[in-house]
Amino acid sequence: METNKIDIGKEGSEIVKSPSGWRIVGREIMRDKVALFSLIFLIAIMIIVYGTSLLLDVREIVKVDLFSIHQPPSEEFLLGTDYGGRDVFGQLIIGTRNSLSIGILVTLMTGAIGIIYGLVAGYFGGTVDNIMMRILDFFQVLPFLMIVIVFVAIVPKYSILTFSLIMTAFLWMGIARLIRSKALQEKELDYVQASKTLGTSNFKIMFTQVLPNLSSLIIVTMTLNLAANIGLESGLSFLGFGFPESTPSLGTLVSYARNPQTLEFRWWVWVPASVLILVLMLSINNVGQALKRATDARQRRG
Amino acid sequence: MWKFSIRRIMIMIPQVILLSIIVFMLAKMMPGDALTGLIDPNVDPNTIAEKREELGLNDPWYEQYTRWVAGVFTGDLGQSFHFKMPVSELVWQRIVNSFWLSLLTLVLTYLIAIPLGITSGRYNDSWADRLITGYTYIGFAAPLFIFALVMLWIFGFHLGWFPTGGSVKPGLTPGTFEYVMSKLYHMLLPALSMALITTVSTVQYLRSEIIDTKQKDFILTARAKGASESRVYNRHILRNSLLPIAAFFGYEITGLIGGSIFIENIFGYPGMGQLFLNSILLRDYSVVTSLVLLFGILTILGTLLSDIILSLVDPRIRIK
Repeated sequence: METNKIDIGKEGSEIVKSPSGWRIVGREIMRDKVALFSLIFLIAIMIIVYGTSLLLDVREIVKVDLFSIHQPPSEEFLLGTDYGGRDVFGQLIIGTRNSLSIGILVTLMTGAIGIIYGLVAGYFGGTVDNIMMRILDFFQVLPFLMIVIVFVAIVPKYSILTFSLIMTAFLWMGIARLIRSKALQEKELDYVQASKTLGTSNFKIMFTQVLPNLSSLIIVTMTLNLAANIGLESGLSFLGFGFPESTPSLGTLVSYARNPQTLEFRWWVWVPASVLILVLMLSINNVGQALKRATDARQRRG
Repeated sequence: MWKFSIRRIMIMIPQVILLSIIVFMLAKMMPGDALTGLIDPNVDPNTIAEKREELGLNDPWYEQYTRWVAGVFTGDLGQSFHFKMPVSELVWQRIVNSFWLSLLTLVLTYLIAIPLGITSGRYNDSWADRLITGYTYIGFAAPLFIFALVMLWIFGFHLGWFPTGGSVKPGLTPGTFEYVMSKLYHMLLPALSMALITTVSTVQYLRSEIIDTKQKDFILTARAKGASESRVYNRHILRNSLLPIAAFFGYEITGLIGGSIFIENIFGYPGMGQLFLNSILLRDYSVVTSLVLLFGILTILGTLLSDIILSLVDPRIRIK
């Protein structure tokens, strides 16, 4: 690429610029075959799931059909049916879509809250930081799973939106803490001082100057959070405190295995969903780890 | 050390107060109150209103709150609507079960983590290390409930090696040797399933800690003095690497609380996690609030414990 080389004057010597952030990420992923495969797999899953769910009729899939309860896999039902005679394969597609969507939604919302909270606390420091961190500490010592379950049980108009809001309310602390510690270091650097001297407003420094410098960290953390959030959502759905049965998630399918008969004899109901959750989480983690290596020069492979 | 501990405990007090306020508000938000379960539906609504006034349910919230806190301190957690018995008695029965399960899980967690961590740290980049790292990689991503289900499926149902539910074989008298063994037998599979997943982070940590310590100067000195390889590892490296692991003990406890909800649900083990889920489904809210309060305090204590141990191990982090 010509942008890589800068011609300096008469000597004609070439100085190779260090590669840009995205190029390092790309190189790191290309070098790590597992991560590359994971990324391709994830993209493929997303295309398949979001594509086919447009064609599938959700109502038809979640409609109870008592004449075809617990059928093993056949040509009509690729992965058999569950206790309500519903097609497991269709539910698997819809479930993956729902789990992925809510995982992404919660990750983005916790990310937004955590970034703003952490930036403000870390950038201003001192008393502001102290008070904000005590509040954060308090949220962090709450027993997450129980509080979320209680909220899900008592919220009057329960919907997917309220579910993701409840999850967000108790999940933003990790990323906030991380951003805060980085912002504390970042604000001591010269460019922030220079901007301040020039009279740039704090708001502008925080969001247009400090934030871009933390972007790689944010991307890595959010990728890893996505995997964790999908796990949490499917766990809550498994316990019966996530999605209602009419909008299946991967966890809902696994929850049918709480019936010992299904667990023992009807593998087709719960095994595919379990495998899919595991593979999804592994792949997202793989990509996240590759990104992490790319952003941390000490861990880089190439 | 003492200064830090006292400071740290001072931070804890407002946390507990805030937690109690949140739990109290949750209790108020829940439909129904202490009377819904006690009174016969045929009773005249006027009597209920009177009774309500008498019990102080119409008082402002802060008065009700102080009364509730006073009750909690004297061990009065209210009545369970469903089981028709004081919550404190009900919870006590379950705490014992959950305590033993958690203890066994902790013991297994460390029994698995320490040898695996040491092997993989000492012989890093060997095939054993690769195997262990592979296990931690998958264990890190695998959700606990799926792993527990698979364990139950394979060892409980297919192979039939372990019981698939309950905490003890019915018909045994408490206190006998057989009773204790049966309890242990029922706990083993749930505890093992949880330990195999929760141990993963400890293994990873121990491994990187050992690899880190291996390259330190004092190890070079020890080797130069002519210390044998086993002495270097057991005396010098291990002592330095195990301390941080000890500090995670408190966090480990808080992790167990969330895990026990899944594990007790899947294995049908009558502990606090199962009681919590059942009470939510039965809308037995006085039990739910008591359990949230209890688990919340346990989480706060666990974090406190870890922070204090950490400050003992690593003086740098003591807050001023």
